[in-house]
Amino acid sequence: MAKKYDAGVKEYRDLYWTPDYVPLDTDLLACFKVTPQEGVPNEEAAAAVAAESSTGTWSTVWSELLTDMEFYKGRSYRIEDVPGDRESFYAFIAYPIDLFEEGSIVNVLTSLVGNVFGFKAVKHLRLEDIRFPIAFVKTCLGPPSGIQVERDKLNKYGRPMLGATIKPKLGLSAKNYGRAVYECLRGGLDLTKDDENVNSQPFMRWQNRFEFVAEAVQKSQAETGEVKGHYLNVTANTPEDMYERAEFAKELGQPIIMHDFLTGGFTANGGLAKWCRKNGMLLHIHRAMHAVIDRHPKHGIHFRVLAKCLRLSGGDHIHTGTVVGKLEGDRASTLGYVDLLRESFIPEDRRRGIFFDQDWGSMPGVFAVASGGIHVWHMPALVNIFGDDSILQFGGGTQGHPWGNAAGAAANRVALEACVKARNEGRDLEREAREILEGAAQHSPELAIAMETWKEIKFEFETVDKLDVS
Amino acid sequence: MNENSQTGDYRTKQTLETFSFLPPLTQQEVYDQISYMLGQGLTPAIEHEHPAQSTHSYWTMWKLPFFGEKELSNVVNELETCHRTYPDHHVRLIGYDSYTQSQGVCFVVYRGKAW
Repeated sequence: MAKKYDAGVKEYRDLYWTPDYVPLDTDLLACFKVTPQEGVPNEEAAAAVAAESSTGTWSTVWSELLTDMEFYKGRSYRIEDVPGDRESFYAFIAYPIDLFEEGSIVNVLTSLVGNVFGFKAVKHLRLEDIRFPIAFVKTCLGPPSGIQVERDKLNKYGRPMLGATIKPKLGLSAKNYGRAVYECLRGGLDLTKDDENVNSQPFMRWQNRFEFVAEAVQKSQAETGEVKGHYLNVTANTPEDMYERAEFAKELGQPIIMHDFLTGGFTANGGLAKWCRKNGMLLHIHRAMHAVIDRHPKHGIHFRVLAKCLRLSGGDHIHTGTVVGKLEGDRASTLGYVDLLRESFIPEDRRRGIFFDQDWGSMPGVFAVASGGIHVWHMPALVNIFGDDSILQFGGGTQGHPWGNAAGAAANRVALEACVKARNEGRDLEREAREILEGAAQHSPELAIAMETWKEIKFEFETVDKLDVS
Repeated sequence: MNENSQTGDYRTKQTLETFSFLPPLTQQEVYDQISYMLGQGLTPAIEHEHPAQSTHSYWTMWKLPFFGEKELSNVVNELETCHRTYPDHHVRLIGYDSYTQSQGVCFVVYRGKAW
């Protein structure tokens, strides 16, 4: 039956609060933590979020009657208390799949975390999780290679891979930088990484860096007989520059390049992932700016959402935090999104901050990268926490070794292999950490010295963003 | 004291991926790794190659992967027979994972005599 146009301002909940709605398998579902302004009822705030992130605007407009709003509108279908927090609540919202362009993470984010985050009726707003329907997942490119293909290309099986970010992060000349890479790789690392701050500054232009690094990779491969790689950062100010750098890395026969997906943006990331798929290149993803977005417990976007978006947009590795090092990271929550990156079906589990079942279908998995303030003493815990499908990156923990990078690399490689071997033998890595490392150090003076060097360092601060669990 | 004299010289090693930075595994340690592999439900497989060609992706297969094999001793016998037949070759043990379509485990058990 035709509706009549009724100009004016309506309460959002009249249209967008639908507690009887049963979400469809094709709906995109979102969970927001909402902190409403005082005096705004929860249902109205939840409905407002649904409206402002989908079809609604503040006033009724006549042209709404030209379409079927029941088909297109987002709906708030459930609200829940946040355990231990009287000020905020969770709002669950269902969006019809046709609100989004196929395969476009950019489109999804523009809707879900667009204007609504500045909306006056809510004091704070945080996007906690998104359930991407399998129908949408199948329209996304995903990781250019994925975990399994990367293992086959790099010939690394049955253990985490080992990496390091080259330090100092700024100021080295290209030739000295290549030296640092060569030393790490010949000592036993599988991969080294450009620091995210390294693009093409006056002290080291990208062409020069790429050439010297390529020589370092080739020489270390020839000498060790193992497959090596260095993440060449192609992040640049324009897409044209980014692709030019990627092409040159390929020309030099390099296996992997790197991109910063948040500062570079999802459009650049999606384009580069597509390029990598076409050209058989691995893609490492850095996450500079994530803490601006994900650290505040009441406002922004939780990292699990950014991680899911990256898996769809495309990347073969992404940084996840270390749990044990110098950077923020709650253990249960980190394990939750590490699963979201690697597994093909992840069930809802509130104890790990997972609000929805997520089915990825055949989407390949992404390696979890643990990097930042870690050293050999952390190795047993890291192997235990992250398992085999991870890359453990020791920057200072390799290059700060008293004998230099090669010895530091060897120390980490010995420690890693000793931990994997012990785990496979059924030993408890975290309880027997000291024994396992000391045993391995008897055959490795490099490891013995590394253990002596870093024995006192601990990073024990309270996590700022904790899971809200009852 | 001369500080530089305290610094060690790290010599680059030719290595063979997983476990090659550890001392050669003892017989018992190899058995433990095979038990782990079988416990994980992986399919054991053996490959061998002359050290001069060991950087290639494909080594020569020893027979076929041992589908459905659950007995440690059978895997050990095959490894030993392969090694006796090709004493100059590296011999590696693989655990195929049919779910991930990857290798869950892969390490060199015997290093070629000439290496």
